[in-house]
Amino acid sequence: MSADDNRVVVTGLGATTPLGGDVASTWSAMLAGRSGVKALTDDWAKDLPSRIAGVAAADPVEIVGRVQARRMDRCEQFALVAAREAWADAGQPEVDPERLGVSVTSGIGGIGSTLAAYDTLKEKGWQRISPFTVPMLMPNGSAGWISIELGAQAGAHSAVSACASGAEAVGYGIDMIRSGRADVVVAGGTEAAIMALNMGAFAVMRALSSRNDEPERASRPFDKGRDGFVLGEGAGMLVLESAAHAAARGARVYAVAAGAGYSSDGYHIAHPHPEGAGVILAMKRALADAGVSPDQIVHVNAHATSTPEGDVAEAQAIMTALGPAAERVVVSSTKSMTGHLLGGAGAVESVAAILALHEKTAPPTINLEDPDDGVKVDVATEPRPLRPGGREPMAVLNNAFGFGGHNVSLVFTAP
Amino acid sequence: MALTEQEILAGLAEIIDEIAGVPADEVTPDKNFVDDLDIDSLSMVEIAVAAQDKFGVEIPDDQLKDLKTVQDVITYVHKNAS
Repeated sequence: MSADDNRVVVTGLGATTPLGGDVASTWSAMLAGRSGVKALTDDWAKDLPSRIAGVAAADPVEIVGRVQARRMDRCEQFALVAAREAWADAGQPEVDPERLGVSVTSGIGGIGSTLAAYDTLKEKGWQRISPFTVPMLMPNGSAGWISIELGAQAGAHSAVSACASGAEAVGYGIDMIRSGRADVVVAGGTEAAIMALNMGAFAVMRALSSRNDEPERASRPFDKGRDGFVLGEGAGMLVLESAAHAAARGARVYAVAAGAGYSSDGYHIAHPHPEGAGVILAMKRALADAGVSPDQIVHVNAHATSTPEGDVAEAQAIMTALGPAAERVVVSSTKSMTGHLLGGAGAVESVAAILALHEKTAPPTINLEDPDDGVKVDVATEPRPLRPGGREPMAVLNNAFGFGGHNVSLVFTAP
Repeated sequence: MALTEQEILAGLAEIIDEIAGVPADEVTPDKNFVDDLDIDSLSMVEIAVAAQDKFGVEIPDDQLKDLKTVQDVITYVHKNAS
């Protein structure tokens, strides 16, 4: 990787998920095919039709510290934990603060703090609300906190597109470096929405699995028995860096963040387009942006959330977007293990897709016992070695789609 | 029975530890909240509300802005506590 290389590379990874408090524990749990979904025993959950969730494995308060944690929403705490890990993993790069950016977001924002503040407002009056309520509820709060921790001055941004948010933030981070606004960007997504209002709101849309008796088997993307997604929480984070900057400091490079593709369905506020038109467009645009041909793609970390409609539409869209090359592609949905992290999903799954490429192993999709007839792609049910099938370097796709009809597809290539 | 200045200091130190993470033994009367204890205006609002609850005094905003040191709060509470 030469100093005049204008590509964007990934030099650091961070994650805190239902499977583990860091990248290593999350990745090893994925390879072991372990589920992070558990029964919710809280009182607030007892009347809900879905009483299962992927609660974060590690309490962020212990890592962030008691005093800072009381000024931060749980989703901001997750983001900071993952950002610290990614930054350390990248070797704490020496970078001009004016060339260091942040692109971190959430699908919903600090909903837990919003609800708690509203309870306080009703019970004790406005004077008793925390003066940190606004910074806790705003969806750009995580980007703000990370920029403060790192002293980043190139800009801190928060693209919001529901469950596509985390992937869109990664795409925006790539753009910041490509457009010359930054040399290094911390990019990712976070969510902490396991609470009665959100679970009730998704349940009333009939979007959640109610397989309450078998939490670990509830998230089953592509399976005939799937009955909705399982809510998860946590954050994923990447350190993106210009290839020249990374080369100059001799950084370890996981992958090239080669390109991003975006589209909007322009169809329905919550239902996916039945033929996946927007999804196909996003994948094709990502390939074009990355300068990658379909036969370079060896693996897709699918958005597949375990809902009846979305999984099949995506599987068919992958076939259409990649054409004949789709036959050799290994597809995984790591949501089968983590649940759906909403705004954190696209970022955690970018981490998983990058590690799959780096380790040349696709993680499994658990609970896929009886594939839906509409699913013609090759979905891995065990860890699967990834080998180049066509042109090199090998490349992977990560899909993320959100309510509102937002579609984001990211391409990472081997360095 | 009114609180002594020493009791007010101890109570205030407890609040400041809880809200701002400043160890109680660093909260001495001469300390300035902003310059010495690194407490920003948002945390100061929280501390004032907690002090009102703990000591049963009202601290209006136009009074709060003049409470710059730990001793200022102690004096104010001592004078105004019912």
